[in-house]
Amino acid sequence: MAEQKAKTPRRTTPKLTELDTKQFWEATKDKVLSYQQCDDCKTVVFYPRAHCTGCTSGTLSWKTASGKGTVYSYSVVRQSYHPFYKQMVPYAVAWIDLDEGPRLMSNVVGIDDPSKDIKIGQKVELEWEDGETVNFPIFKVVS
Amino acid sequence: MSQKREAAIVGIYEYPSRDVEGKVSALQIKAHSAAKALEDAGLSWKDVDAIYDAGDGGGMSGLTIAEYFGIKPNVIDTTATGGSAYEFQAAHARRDIAAGRAKVALLTYGSTAHSNFAAIGVGGQGLHGASVQPSDNMESFSGSTLVANYAMVAQRHSHMYGTTPTQLAEISVATRMHAMRNPEAVQAMKDLEFLDIRETTIEDVVTSRIIADPLRLLECCMISDGGGAVVIASPEVARNCKKKPVWIIGSGEATKYPENGGDITTSAGAQSAPVAFADAGVSPSELDVAMIYDSFSITVLTILEDLGFCKKGEGGSYVEGGRLRFDRPNDGPALNTDGGGLSSNHPGMRGIFLLLEATRQLRGESTSQVENAKLAVAHGNGGMLGSRHTAGTIILGGD
Repeated sequence: MAEQKAKTPRRTTPKLTELDTKQFWEATKDKVLSYQQCDDCKTVVFYPRAHCTGCTSGTLSWKTASGKGTVYSYSVVRQSYHPFYKQMVPYAVAWIDLDEGPRLMSNVVGIDDPSKDIKIGQKVELEWEDGETVNFPIFKVVS
Repeated sequence: MSQKREAAIVGIYEYPSRDVEGKVSALQIKAHSAAKALEDAGLSWKDVDAIYDAGDGGGMSGLTIAEYFGIKPNVIDTTATGGSAYEFQAAHARRDIAAGRAKVALLTYGSTAHSNFAAIGVGGQGLHGASVQPSDNMESFSGSTLVANYAMVAQRHSHMYGTTPTQLAEISVATRMHAMRNPEAVQAMKDLEFLDIRETTIEDVVTSRIIADPLRLLECCMISDGGGAVVIASPEVARNCKKKPVWIIGSGEATKYPENGGDITTSAGAQSAPVAFADAGVSPSELDVAMIYDSFSITVLTILEDLGFCKKGEGGSYVEGGRLRFDRPNDGPALNTDGGGLSSNHPGMRGIFLLLEATRQLRGESTSQVENAKLAVAHGNGGMLGSRHTAGTIILGGD
């Protein structure tokens, strides 16, 4: 039997078999951050899904977000048992409000001390972290 | 008082061990607890005609548990809303009994989360990863832990209202004080190898290790084994039970999930609580005991506000000065008088213990008995406070 390579720990990777969010993650391969808006009632729908939550007649269109947003809230993870994330501690997780409306959970990176250098209300912008099958939309502080 | 008295809690049991060392199964904990709760009521298996099950005993919940218990109920309710499931189930049992569809309802819980080393709390990945729901698929890449999810509520609450770590610590301190008076809670802390088993100070809490900013170790619940059971009966049955009935006089249920532009400092409790209080015909200021799901300190602070004990944003100043202790009856309800999930029992779905301790209080059986307690609330929160969760509010009245 061939020698097995030690598996490198990875981020929890989304499943492209999940039908509502598949297109969002497919778009990340081209480093496009996308969201949906209803053609009829203009409701911004996020997380992605096949129906409009604002009206029953809606047809949803995919839009591209600018990648600009604001930290709604955050925490700094100091303890994790996950093989990938435990090597990242301490790291910041955050709810990010994109300028176009969607609120998504992500990371804030590129700071010296995540417990001191992040504030609620702070402006952030999109940065892509390369993954094996999809790319990950994470955020850096706008200085 | 125009309280509706359509169904009452007549039997309770809390499984004493928090560490079964892998020698007892969740199903066995459920059955043992059920038998003891039925004995507490003076009833037997044959009296049970309605069963409520959250699936903690394995697949095909309802069927699995009916066969295991050896009963053939007419009502089978498999409401599984996480930690609040037992508040939902109590509400449904009351509804089913009031509708004449059942006379004796049985709710059971069993978990071996500690023996299984299930990382449900500190540092665990929470509910992520087990399924491929769209929400999981969008959020799990961030590596947010269950603690971080709640911590984001605390961070936002602090930002909006100036809530401080010392205010949040009041919740841990009052709860530990109650735990030290409860021999089963003290034994639980020993069995789970807590390092320092004693009453705590605010200083202890705010200098304990940070798990996910701003939440510290002593603000996080334990991960235990355990379980319990509740028997709910019609007024006719309740009259002939061994203990005096504790009436279910109000209920409310709700969901909450992330919304664009939404406010995470308000929980689903803000929707379930007004319904429950209106149903009961009582106001929050009349309550003697508040059993609130204390997964973390911030869960309690948020829910105290949402239940209406104080206004949104005033939870921090409300809890100051030891107000939540059992021996301060003139300062509003006592909190989690059994020692809570923080210091007594948290095997994953704590909701059943809220009903158990509220019942003990209204029977006069608590180890931190509130003098002359007449009204209690049990409020379960299931799922995750900082993203998606359920809320079940039950108001109980003494006989």
